[in-house]
Amino acid sequence: MNLTLHVWRQKNAQSEGRFVTYQAKNIIPDMSFLEMLDVVNQELILKGEEPIAFEHDCREGICGSCGMVINGYPHGGHRGTTTCQLHMRHFKDGDVITIEPWRARAFPVLKDLIVDRSAFDRIIQAGGFISANTGVAQDANTVLVPKQNAEAAMDAAACIGCGACVAACPNASAMLFTAAKITHLGLLPQGQPERYTRVVRMVEQMDREGFGGCTNIGECSAACPKEIPLSVIARMNRDLLVAKLKGVN
Amino acid sequence: MTAALTLYRTTIGKKAVMAITGFIGYGFVILHMIGNLKIFEGAEGFNEYAHFLRTVGYPLVPERGLLWTMRIILLASVILHVVAAIQLTRLDWASRPRGYRETRRKQATFASLTLRWGGLAIFLFIVYHLAHLTFGLGIPNFGGHETAYQNVVAGFSNPINVVIYIAAVGALGMHLYHGVWSMFQTLGLNGPRTDGLWRGLATVSGILLFLGFSTVPIAVITGIVR
Ligand code: HEM
Ligand code: SF4
Ligand code: FES
Repeated sequence: MNLTLHVWRQKNAQSEGRFVTYQAKNIIPDMSFLEMLDVVNQELILKGEEPIAFEHDCREGICGSCGMVINGYPHGGHRGTTTCQLHMRHFKDGDVITIEPWRARAFPVLKDLIVDRSAFDRIIQAGGFISANTGVAQDANTVLVPKQNAEAAMDAAACIGCGACVAACPNASAMLFTAAKITHLGLLPQGQPERYTRVVRMVEQMDREGFGGCTNIGECSAACPKEIPLSVIARMNRDLLVAKLKGVN
Repeated sequence: MTAALTLYRTTIGKKAVMAITGFIGYGFVILHMIGNLKIFEGAEGFNEYAHFLRTVGYPLVPERGLLWTMRIILLASVILHVVAAIQLTRLDWASRPRGYRETRRKQATFASLTLRWGGLAIFLFIVYHLAHLTFGLGIPNFGGHETAYQNVVAGFSNPINVVIYIAAVGALGMHLYHGVWSMFQTLGLNGPRTDGLWRGLATVSGILLFLGFSTVPIAVITGIVR
């Protein structure tokens, strides 16, 4: 099939960007969205033009680097699907596709479709860790974890830090990402010692990065390729309020 | 104290203030709507109710003591709610300096996307409403709470007031259709098991408040209440 692409092109963080139109020819439905872009890029390289820069690594939906807004939806808007796992069979011959980078003050565009997501790393650095003793590991079975906590923590841990939640949120809020990390660690016994300082530090850093606030609209969770539920945000709110009641600053 | 201040510094803390003050407002509008429906008890019943609001709690508290306590709590709530709304809205709007060429939504509702505009409409309405039925602007022979029933009838015999009123309670219904669920989420009182409950409560509240509040002006303009 043949497609028309409107792609955001921006030379670097300083320059003004603009949309450029390309034709994607002879696209096979079995290709992934990134492979379709590879084909377009091959042609650009042959013509001596700069290929479209996009971030990618695993191409199997687990690294979180391939985010882009496709026709107004982060990752193209198919349930539980990253851009690399989005297949061209969802499109048909003659389709016009608009491709844009994540838009958020905290995620500046570095080049074309690539944004700088290090704000997420700084949120993690602020509190997304546990303390572990060195020495001989104790028997794993001595630490009991209720099954429902293990499952909820695992669900939250599925977050790949892609940033689609921020991209989809009308306020460019990073609540879903931050809450996923807080939930994942806070539900497990190993995460208890830092539970309340963690939420305070991570929320502080999240706000400092210039993300917006949460108005509970739910676009984040709907856009999340790992289907992180909104309930993690309620849990983060609760932990923060409890932390403040305990006087953690 | 420090904890309260550092909490307010966060976006979540500001939202918690909105949720608590919104909850106070929610409780108030429910009681206010129930009180309004006493109009169907006739002039005597309604004016007696207006009088009751002034004497409730007496002699335990001074006359009008409870009324003024409530008024102060409500005024403080509205101020805090609006200040936090403005601060958050500014942060939210600054967070995406450059928008998308194309945006599609999956989850957002009309109510959740228009919360700010609905809030602004409610704020303007509160000012108009106080001027109209509390201070008697545009009401001939306004007699304060002594003639509460007559004020309502006179006030709503003008169709413009009826239209403004119904539009405003429509905005209130919308605000709470999202807001009531949202406040439980904001305060961390929501989870997978309670979500349907709060969603349902919000929907029912929004609809019932809209219908309950609209009944009175419609009853007046159609001559059911005279
Ligand atoms: C009777 C009057 C009002 C009631 C009962 C009310 C109730 C509520 C409730 C329950 C919420 C949800 C809070 C949460 O998500 O935690 C809310 C949110 C909100 N309200 Fe109101 N409200 C009223 C008036 C206003 C006014 C006058 C304004 C603004 C001028 C306003 C602006 C907002 C905004 C912007 C939000 C969203 C805050 C956010 O999610 O960041 N509201 N309101
Ligand atoms: S919560 Fe979902 S959308 Fe947000 S960063 Fe994690 S995986 Fe991506
Ligand atoms: S490239 Fe790793 S998630 Fe898409």
